[in-house]
Amino acid sequence: MPEKFDVIVVGAGPAGTACALTCARNGLNVLLIERGEYPGAKNVMGGVLYRQQLEDLIPEFWKEAPLERPVIEQRFWMMDKESVISFGYKGLEWAVEPYNNFTVLRAKFDQWFAQKAVEAGALLINETVVTECLVENGKVVGVRTDRPDGEVFADVVVLADGVNSLLSKQLGFHKEFRPDEVALTVMEVINLPKDKINDRFNLEDNQGCTIEIFGDSTKGNLGTAFLYTNKESLNIGVGTTLSSMIKAKLKPYELLDYLKNHPMVKPLVAGGESAEYLAHLIPEGGLRSVPKVAGNGVVVVGDAAQLVNAIHREGSNMAMHSGLLAAEAVIEAKKRGDFSETSLNSYREALYNSFIIKDLEKYKDAAHTFEKYPQYFKEYLPMMNRAASKFFTVDGTPKRDKQKEIIKSVTAERGTLRVIQDLYRAWKAVK
Amino acid sequence: MHIVVCVKQVPDTKIIKINPKTNTLDRRSAPAILNPYDAHAVQEAVKIKRKTGGTITVLSMGPPQATAVIKKSIEIGADRGVLLTDRAFAGADTLATSYALSKALERINMDLPIDLVICGKHAIDGDTGQVGPGIARRMDIPPITSVIEVTEVNQEEKTVLIKRKLTSGYELIQSEMPCLLTVEKEINDIEYSPMPNMIKAARYEPIIWSVNDLENVDRTQLGLKGSPTIVGKMFTPPRPEGGKKLEGSVSEQVSQLMEILMEKKDLFTLTSSR
Repeated sequence: MPEKFDVIVVGAGPAGTACALTCARNGLNVLLIERGEYPGAKNVMGGVLYRQQLEDLIPEFWKEAPLERPVIEQRFWMMDKESVISFGYKGLEWAVEPYNNFTVLRAKFDQWFAQKAVEAGALLINETVVTECLVENGKVVGVRTDRPDGEVFADVVVLADGVNSLLSKQLGFHKEFRPDEVALTVMEVINLPKDKINDRFNLEDNQGCTIEIFGDSTKGNLGTAFLYTNKESLNIGVGTTLSSMIKAKLKPYELLDYLKNHPMVKPLVAGGESAEYLAHLIPEGGLRSVPKVAGNGVVVVGDAAQLVNAIHREGSNMAMHSGLLAAEAVIEAKKRGDFSETSLNSYREALYNSFIIKDLEKYKDAAHTFEKYPQYFKEYLPMMNRAASKFFTVDGTPKRDKQKEIIKSVTAERGTLRVIQDLYRAWKAVK
Repeated sequence: MHIVVCVKQVPDTKIIKINPKTNTLDRRSAPAILNPYDAHAVQEAVKIKRKTGGTITVLSMGPPQATAVIKKSIEIGADRGVLLTDRAFAGADTLATSYALSKALERINMDLPIDLVICGKHAIDGDTGQVGPGIARRMDIPPITSVIEVTEVNQEEKTVLIKRKLTSGYELIQSEMPCLLTVEKEINDIEYSPMPNMIKAARYEPIIWSVNDLENVDRTQLGLKGSPTIVGKMFTPPRPEGGKKLEGSVSEQVSQLMEILMEKKDLFTLTSSR
């Protein structure tokens, strides 16, 4: 006789684990199913973890979680072929508790996080693939796994199966995602001694730095690259929308090689030993790609619900918060004894009233705008680099004349009207 | 039918790094896994139980986190598991390990008489293959090593028919029960565990025994104190140098090969000791 649980959570990433943890703490009987050898074995992100949403679940988690470094400096690079315009912020208030955000290695972090759910009473099963949701009379009643006697039943199934959520697709919650709705990110973990990292990035022990790199890092395509400091390694990676990659015939590993050998980047990673190579799709379609998130006996959380804010590199925190909101809805549904879509729609409401959907709403046009109008990455960034070079080169030309020249060259290249249009469009996309 | 399987948690030696200075294993570099030969031992117990019915108990010794290999054994199909964990057992060599395990087996045997003990051929971290036969000697039961098939289990006669791997061929032997088997990898394929086993394992709390849970124990035979083994030296064997690829037509290659062989003929000539 197959067992029946209160909740089955598919996927032990940040969203699934947050949901399982909250449900288990509230006395629900939870089964958490992970396809990897252990939680985190298959998960990829650049490596920045924001504090607030995890602290909501585990107060003062930084005292025990396997974190790399608290981030005290965030740099932004607008990079051309042989130059870069850099700005950023470094603040020591981020170097002390409660901190702002951290660099993490997901293989370690996810295991620790899932262990918290297990300690709260959730049952974790690894190396098991959920092949489909079991549906009876229009209601999801459980899952089928790839194991013998693989059916398990539950009042609610939580789909936290990641970006390419085959399970919610099977339920008809979304269609196959288009190449412009997902980014392909490749990254490497490069081992480098602590002292070298501290010297090269101007850090003390237990201080971290993040660099987001725009422009030539993606050869002008829509996307970004990143370079983050761990304790004794660097995370370096680059991603562009799949559609850009197809259009420009880019090979992801070539792009990463190009980045590592870029003259602005190379000295920072030189001498490091490549320890891991990872690649993953990131849901970057924004608000318009968010599928149906609640049905009869089922909710969708995290990447599976496409909850990523690409502009602010937020994803794991949104995943955790969506997991928490889903858990709260499930707990309420359990009290009512009603697991219908109407009942579970309280999750949808909570999600749409939270920062998650509000932020996605703010940027709903951003990716589309920048994808449609490639001039921002392809033309303006190099232009700005040339302007900066001209302005800061001392050659006896009066500064006011330089300014005039710069403005003239920009409007000459793009035309005054188009520059104004471009500026307005960009502002509208992110306002 | 009561089968006890002895299992060990080992670092995954496929991945592990060796500290070049001390020549010791850097245990942090590799995940801890169920010794692969022991997994086959558990699987064989499951296969036997399918025919005979009964109970499968797994027994392990190690630090508290070694409960993971007991849970893994439950996934494969064991019914219950005991972990011996105590500072008193720490630092044991094969002699002290077989002593501690045999004492635990004595206690298990009192609760439910044991018909068969199964061990893996050896652990992949030590490669000695001594603990299994050591247990058999201490329990005064027949040790049967290099087992590649459990051909027949006769519960009425209390006998087993076993196929053993030899250097060339195999032999079939019959033994009384209880006896102890150490199994090779080819004895079976590890099956993909069914979902109910996975759930049972996730829920399972292994039985934990300290030295105080065992009876008539001579503490001087336990742990580091009871371990006469001394590690004289550890070294990493040098990597074999790359070979040479012969090129050209077949006859050219053959003549080149002959030249090399003639040059090194001393290596192939057996010199008589007389």
